[in-house]
Amino acid sequence: MATAKLIHDPYNLIITGVGGQGNVLASRMLGNVLTSQGLWVTIGETFGASQRGGSVMSHLRVSADGSWSPQIPAGKAHMVLALEPLEALRVLVKYGNPGAKAIVNDRPILPVAAIAGKTDYPSTEELEGTLARLTAQRWSIPATERAMELGASIFANIIMIGALAATGDLPVSREGFEAELLRALGPAKVATNLEAFDLGAAMVRR
Amino acid sequence: MEGQRQTMMGNQAITQGALEAGVRVAAGYPGTPSSEIIQNLAGAADEHGLYVEWSINEKVSLEVAAAASLAGLRSLCAMKQNGVNVASDFLLHLAGSGIRAGMVLVHCDDPGALSSVNEGESRHFARMLELPLLEPSDFQEAKDMTKWAFELSEEISNVVMLRSVTRLSHASGGVVPGTIPQAQGKAHFDHHGTLLDKGHGPVSSSPVVYKHRLQQEKLKRAVELFEDSPFNSYTGPEAPELLVITSSICNLYVKEALALLDASGRVGVLKLGTTWPLPPKLLQHNLGRCGQVLVVEEVIPFLEENVKIAAAEMAGEIGAKRFFGKRDGTIPAQGELNPDIVLGALADILNLPYQARPPEYDLLAQEAAPQATQDRDLAFCPGCPHRASFWSLKGALALDARDGFICGDIGCYSLAMRPTGYGMLKTLLAMGSGAGMASGFGQLGRFGMDQPVMAVSGDSTFYHAVIPALINAVHQKSPMSLVVLDNSGTAMTGFQPHPGTEANALGQPVPPVDIEAICRSLGAEVTVCDPFDLEATQAAALALLADQSTAKVLILRQLCALSPQRKGTKPYDVQVDPEKCLGDQCGCNRLCTRVFGCPGLAWEKQSGKARIDEVICAGCGVCASVCPQGAIIKSERA
Repeated sequence: MATAKLIHDPYNLIITGVGGQGNVLASRMLGNVLTSQGLWVTIGETFGASQRGGSVMSHLRVSADGSWSPQIPAGKAHMVLALEPLEALRVLVKYGNPGAKAIVNDRPILPVAAIAGKTDYPSTEELEGTLARLTAQRWSIPATERAMELGASIFANIIMIGALAATGDLPVSREGFEAELLRALGPAKVATNLEAFDLGAAMVRR
Repeated sequence: MEGQRQTMMGNQAITQGALEAGVRVAAGYPGTPSSEIIQNLAGAADEHGLYVEWSINEKVSLEVAAAASLAGLRSLCAMKQNGVNVASDFLLHLAGSGIRAGMVLVHCDDPGALSSVNEGESRHFARMLELPLLEPSDFQEAKDMTKWAFELSEEISNVVMLRSVTRLSHASGGVVPGTIPQAQGKAHFDHHGTLLDKGHGPVSSSPVVYKHRLQQEKLKRAVELFEDSPFNSYTGPEAPELLVITSSICNLYVKEALALLDASGRVGVLKLGTTWPLPPKLLQHNLGRCGQVLVVEEVIPFLEENVKIAAAEMAGEIGAKRFFGKRDGTIPAQGELNPDIVLGALADILNLPYQARPPEYDLLAQEAAPQATQDRDLAFCPGCPHRASFWSLKGALALDARDGFICGDIGCYSLAMRPTGYGMLKTLLAMGSGAGMASGFGQLGRFGMDQPVMAVSGDSTFYHAVIPALINAVHQKSPMSLVVLDNSGTAMTGFQPHPGTEANALGQPVPPVDIEAICRSLGAEVTVCDPFDLEATQAAALALLADQSTAKVLILRQLCALSPQRKGTKPYDVQVDPEKCLGDQCGCNRLCTRVFGCPGLAWEKQSGKARIDEVICAGCGVCASVCPQGAIIKSERA
């Protein structure tokens, strides 16, 4: 099989969010689409206690030759796919660099301390400003809002995958993703998820 | 799909290796990061003719697996790191007696305690109990090594330990699967030989000294095989400046660090897959390459110490070496490693400069850090019954007003040591230790202690290790109360069945073992309550505290919010009536958001009132009982 050419090797993608947002599913599906292109994908993630309302990250290393560390070295993320804006910032502070790109779902999930009034969640303007300074290119998209219109907030992660595909950074095609949807979720769920994928792609292409 | 590379989770690769080895029986107890191994094997049981069970605890699971091996079937046992402590008494004796068909113990450590309350090292059991130890360093090896572990086990007639870590078990990478053989062989336990007849006699570790000698001979045979094992490899220049010796997933951290430093031309890497006992000839050959050695491993210096012992024994041949590792502080001996820590160590030793990103960007990141590092503390899920349970227990202990406290245990409810559970747990140690310690605190009244003590336990933990502690409390007449937080599944690790559930690991119907009946049969008074009924739960907890003349049990039963039965269902529509919510003007001082603290609630800054976040709310309706104004309205969904 001819292996797709990568703009960086390994290409380092971090999918981040809050436990329960569907990080793991998103990273698995992306990983499978890329593997079907003949690429090597190493995914690092944590689950268990960390899933209970905590910050979660999946590290994806995409390479033409072999496995890499399941933890991306500091300062080496090429793309951050964030299901939650504060988590985008948290990841960029550690893994960002002048060339880093980010796709950010604009729907905040307040930490328990912020709900309790012990800390302040940064304002949208503050967050946007900081994210802009820490990225070379950035897309802020209303993924949760669109997902709710599709029927459930969990579609946000598929919308995000669609957005990532539309950047053209990684060889994730609509057809490849459709095949993975069919394999992972079965025929009944393909149509809505593909709609979510298209919505995400359109928000980056516009 | 045989022969085609797939991206597999480490635990799935281990499963695949076991299936390719023709494993027939598998048993374990759930524990992160090991749980998916037994789960996946249970999923494959029908197709490949396996028996798979979630046992009541790790020791029993090892006994179940051993029975299969003695009856001629290959078997696997899987557990997390501290599970080996639980199983170790049996393992000591089994190691002394030996096994028949191949038997592999997979133990998954959690360096950095990503999902544990310890970062205990299970590798030491291999040395202490004199069993061979294998450590896969990537995903393909996890599969291949598991398969080979069964062959090794049969070659030496003893258990083989295979150690994974969270960053392998829960990471995913490329694996080419092989062929899974047809299940074959009838189970039969041959016991008619003499005690010394290892293939046909009764099974025991005695006569001890004789069998111990046999066991050590087996280990020597393992070392011979390790000398030529393809799982040990050297990459790098013939005579490097520095030799790195590493094992497990740390191998990939070393690969990454050398690539970033562009130092592959100066450093050689000896990657060891067979880490106990170490093969001396292989070590001698590689230690002879240079005078400086860095050992990279997690967590405490196990490999490092063993390499140093070997180096001392061969000092005449290889000369003195300068060692770097954990003993000299080059690499920390706590927490997990990552490419950056390894890179830092290598850069120091080789005196190489390294900058991950430009200093200007570092400055920007530093400026953003105060916002970004805002803590996102772990929290009970929206709709979690534990939040309601601890709310009521908190109320009861406050009303009781004798400085009472709760001994905690292991499960999601361990989070009650944190703000999400109102900091209610005052001890949190091992499985079953809440009840055991409460039983002990209860006895201290004779020394003047006048604080009432409660213990909590989840349902799965109850079966695993709480029952003996409860029997102890009843028998010793310890004035303690046990609160069983029964959410009807092993929620923390992904809803594995346990003896209280109506189906086993294979999905077959089984008679549930009733917690309530067990407690009553021991002579404990039992009350059962729905924790979502805050008033009744607090009253029941207060009653427990009021009379501690005998051991009492309160069972708080409500399904986990993430359970397959409840997930995605919303029993109630919950809303805040903005007319009734007095907001900042109310005397409650934001009781719902500031104190109760469910993630489904939010405080509107503009209006100064509470609001329900409909994306997050699970519709349990408990907050409606918390609001003193009755401003949170729950209505049953059609």
